[in-house]
Amino acid sequence: MTCLPAQTDKKLGLVIDLDTCVGCQACVTACKEWNTGGHMAPLTDIDPYGGDADGVWFNRVHSYEHMTEMGGRTVNFPRSCLHCETPACVTVCPTGASYKRASDGIVLVDEDKCIGCKLCSWACPYGAREFDTDVGVMKKCTLCVDRIYNDNLAEEDRVPACVAACPTSARHFGDLGDPASAISQLVAERGGVDLMPEMGYKPTNKYLPPRAHTTRAASVPAPALEAVRAEGGFLGWVDRMLSN
Amino acid sequence: MHPAFSVVFFTTATGAGYGLLSLLGVLAGQGFIPPDFWLGLTGMGLALGLISAGLLSSAGHLGRPERAWRSFSQWRSSWLSREGVASVATFIPAGLFGIGWVVLGRTSGWVAVAGLLAAIGAVATVCTTGMIYASLKPIAQWHSRFTLPGYLIFSAMTGCVLLNALLQGFAVGSNTLLAAALLLTVLGWGWKLATWRYNDRLEIPTTANTATGLAGGTVRSMEWPHTEENYLLKEMGFRIARKHSVRLRQITQVLAFALPALLLVAAFALPWPYAAVSSMLAAIAQLAGMLVERWLFFAEAKHTVTLYYGR
Repeated sequence: MTCLPAQTDKKLGLVIDLDTCVGCQACVTACKEWNTGGHMAPLTDIDPYGGDADGVWFNRVHSYEHMTEMGGRTVNFPRSCLHCETPACVTVCPTGASYKRASDGIVLVDEDKCIGCKLCSWACPYGAREFDTDVGVMKKCTLCVDRIYNDNLAEEDRVPACVAACPTSARHFGDLGDPASAISQLVAERGGVDLMPEMGYKPTNKYLPPRAHTTRAASVPAPALEAVRAEGGFLGWVDRMLSN
Repeated sequence: MHPAFSVVFFTTATGAGYGLLSLLGVLAGQGFIPPDFWLGLTGMGLALGLISAGLLSSAGHLGRPERAWRSFSQWRSSWLSREGVASVATFIPAGLFGIGWVVLGRTSGWVAVAGLLAAIGAVATVCTTGMIYASLKPIAQWHSRFTLPGYLIFSAMTGCVLLNALLQGFAVGSNTLLAAALLLTVLGWGWKLATWRYNDRLEIPTTANTATGLAGGTVRSMEWPHTEENYLLKEMGFRIARKHSVRLRQITQVLAFALPALLLVAAFALPWPYAAVSSMLAAIAQLAGMLVERWLFFAEAKHTVTLYYGR
C-alpha cells in the first residue's frame, strides 16, 4: 500500500560527513558491486564499454566548489536515497510497488509490481530513483536491506556496502529515530542538516556540513610579492620603498 | 522535463476527448442536440476514439505495460491511480449514453442520466490528470495554482471547438455554440499568457545551497559523477525547448488560439458549407497548437534534480 505508515519503529538511515568525504568513489563502486547481485538486482549497464555508457546507480558523488566570504573549498557530495519520513515517491505510486516499511522506515520498490511509469522519479526532488530501461522498472537504494539483517555476515559487516567501504569514515549508519544512538548524537554534535527542507519530505538521512574555516592561516593567500598584512620593521620599509 | 511524445499526445487527446464527451453528455442528454445516427456516431466515435487513443498511448509509455491493471489499486494516495479508475469508470456511462443516444435515438430518462454521469466522469478524469502534475512539488512550474484550472479550461476549449466543428459539419450548428467556442478559446489564451507570466517570474526557494545543505555563499558544480548523460539528465534535464521557448510560445499562440479565434469569427459571417470548413480548420489548428503547448509544458518545466548538476 502506498499510504505511508503513521510512524515507524526505527528510522534507519545514513549520516554523511561532508567535512571528511574525499570523493574517492569507493562507496559508489561498493554500492554497485553489492546491489547488482542484491535485492534490486541487476543494476543494468547499457553499452558499458562504448561511447554512450548508461546504467543504474544508487549512489553518485558530485563535487562542488563552495565559496563564502571565509574562502572557498571543494566539497564532495554523495547523493543517494534519503529514506524520507513523508516520501512523495511512495504516495504517487499507482500500483503499490513503492512502499515505506513500518518497522525500520526503509523505502523500497517491489520490482514485481512496478509498471515503470516513472512518476516516482518525478516526485523525488533529489534524483534518488533511476529507471532500468532493460528491465522496465524503477530502482533505488535499499539501504542494503539484504546486508543489515544478514545473519550470514559477521556483525561488523551488517552495515550498508557504502558505509563498509568508506576509507575516511565519512559515512555512518544507524537509527536516527533514537536520540541516544551514536549516529543521532553525531548529528546533534555536528549540526547535521536536511537537504531541501523546504520540500517538506523530512529526509531521514542527514548531512554534516564541513567544519568552519580556521583563523590560524591567512584567509586570503597574498598575490606574489605582496604582503598579506601591513608589515612593520625592515620588511615594511622594503615594501614601502619598492612600492614607490 | 523530457517531453515524451506518448504523454504529450495522451494529455492533449484525452483532454479534447473528455471535453467533447462531457459536452455531448450534457447537451445531447438534455435534448439540445437532435438525435441523429450519423452525427451521434461521429461525435461519440471522435470523443471515445480520442480518449482511447490517448489512454493506449500513455500505456505504451510504461516500462511494463502488461502490468498496467495494477494501477487501479492505489487510488487512496495516488492521483495517477485515481486517473486510471476515473478513466475506466467513465467508459460505463459513456457507453450506455452512446447506445441510448446514437443507437436508440433517445434523449430522455436513463439516457439523460447516463449522459450526465459521463460528463461528470469526464470532468473528474481531467481533474485527476491535472492533479498528477499539480501535486509534484519538485517541479515548480507544475506545482502551481495555474495547472489544474489550465487542464480543465483547455479540455473545455478543445472539446467545445470540436463540438462546434462537428455540428457545423452536419449543418446543425448554432451561433450560441460558436460564441461559446470563441469565448473558451479567448479564455484559454488568457490563461496560458497568465501562466507563462507567472512561471517567468517564479522565485524558487530551492537552490544549490539547500540542495547540498551548504549554507551561505555560492555552490558551483565542479564535476559530475558521470561522463555520459544518465537517466536523470535524459528524463529531467531537457533543455532544447528552453532555448527556443520564445519562438515556440509564438507558434502556440498562433495555432492554438489566434488562428482558431479568427476562423471561428469568420464562421459567424460565412454561409454553410464555408462556415463548416472554417470551423473544422479551427479545430485542427487548435489541436496542433495544443500539442506544441503541451510539449512546452514539459520542456519548460525545471526539476530540482537539475540543481545538483549546476543547471
